[in-house]
Amino acid sequence: MKIAVSAQGKDLDASVDPRFGRAPYFIIVDPDTMEYEAVDNKQSLNLPQGAGVQAAMNVINREAKILLTGNCGPKAFKTLKAAGVDVITGVKGTVKEAVEKFKRGEYKVASGPSVQSHWS
Amino acid sequence: MIITIASGKGGTGKTTLSTNLACFLRKDTQLLDCDVEEPNAHLFLDIEWDTKETVKTVIPEVDEDRCSHCGECGEICQFKAIAPLESTVLVFPELCHSCGGCFLVCPEDALREGLREIGVIEVGHFNTTEFVHGKLRIGEAMAPPLIKKVKEKIQPGKIAILDAPPGTSCPVVNTMMDSDYIVLVTEPTPFGLHDLKLAVGLTKKLNIPCGIVINRYGVGDTRVEQWAQAQGIPILLKIPFDRKVAEIYAEGKLLAEELPEWAEMMRDLMAKIQNQLGKGSF
Repeated sequence: MKIAVSAQGKDLDASVDPRFGRAPYFIIVDPDTMEYEAVDNKQSLNLPQGAGVQAAMNVINREAKILLTGNCGPKAFKTLKAAGVDVITGVKGTVKEAVEKFKRGEYKVASGPSVQSHWS
Repeated sequence: MIITIASGKGGTGKTTLSTNLACFLRKDTQLLDCDVEEPNAHLFLDIEWDTKETVKTVIPEVDEDRCSHCGECGEICQFKAIAPLESTVLVFPELCHSCGGCFLVCPEDALREGLREIGVIEVGHFNTTEFVHGKLRIGEAMAPPLIKKVKEKIQPGKIAILDAPPGTSCPVVNTMMDSDYIVLVTEPTPFGLHDLKLAVGLTKKLNIPCGIVINRYGVGDTRVEQWAQAQGIPILLKIPFDRKVAEIYAEGKLLAEELPEWAEMMRDLMAKIQNQLGKGSF
């Protein structure tokens, strides 16, 4: 099982980005081995709209089943849920700290988006 | 002939100029308020309404039985309005620009045309002038499709005055497109000049001739005039900063009906536009 973390940089020491859709990177981590891969989210960053949906597709395509992030809007949440990805919001600190906390079972899966749509 | 009244900066006097110009022209004239997000030209006119129609735009609906989940629709969509997943396809109608790309690329013919209501168009008249405006549905974010529908009411052979939204974004581009001439209304302030430069840049990209009207002339400074001269863009009219104008406007009346000098100003404006068009673009 892989975990995706929205991040401001390309490695485990990078800070968790509080934004999901417009985070510059996602770090895809295997929590058992702590092996990771950085995914560039530039495609979403450059979109005039729908960044959350595109970012969700980026996470889904990397086959992550858990997302750790700061905030997640309704369209991204709906897309992730439909693909069976559990979303955890309110995550802070470095990517490494976040994954360790997740492994210790300190997070609760979000039941809905943490922020509202920009469009309604 | 289509004349669009635009500005860049908001609150410079687009609607004041549009309504008064249409009132002055009267015969064979249409006034179209293209600021569908907050139309206000009707407030200054004694309009008899004739028709009202609902405007809908096409969105994709997915036939899950036919869909092979190839992902082509999600690839082509620049607005992320359709998200093809392994198990299902999600559609976000509020993000859809109705470009039709997903219908074209779907190899399984799995998309059907659904409809989304975006607003209404009302048509009426004042004196002998036809009036058209669009009202965007509250909560709707896409103004251009409704603006295009408003512009479908333009009748060839008439003078169509288009009151544009402020700014230089998609709604303004859609209003300006196919115009014969663009009047840019500004004010003699640094803010007015800054946004005027952006608006002039847009008219150049669209390759439509333009001229400038300076409203509230007498406040601020002379930098708008200096810049316009250096660029070779004609200044069509200077509207003096005058308390009387503000009073008549605040009462919702038309300056062209209340102040004799306004009829003269509108005549002069039209003459300069026609003169410039006769000589071609700047």
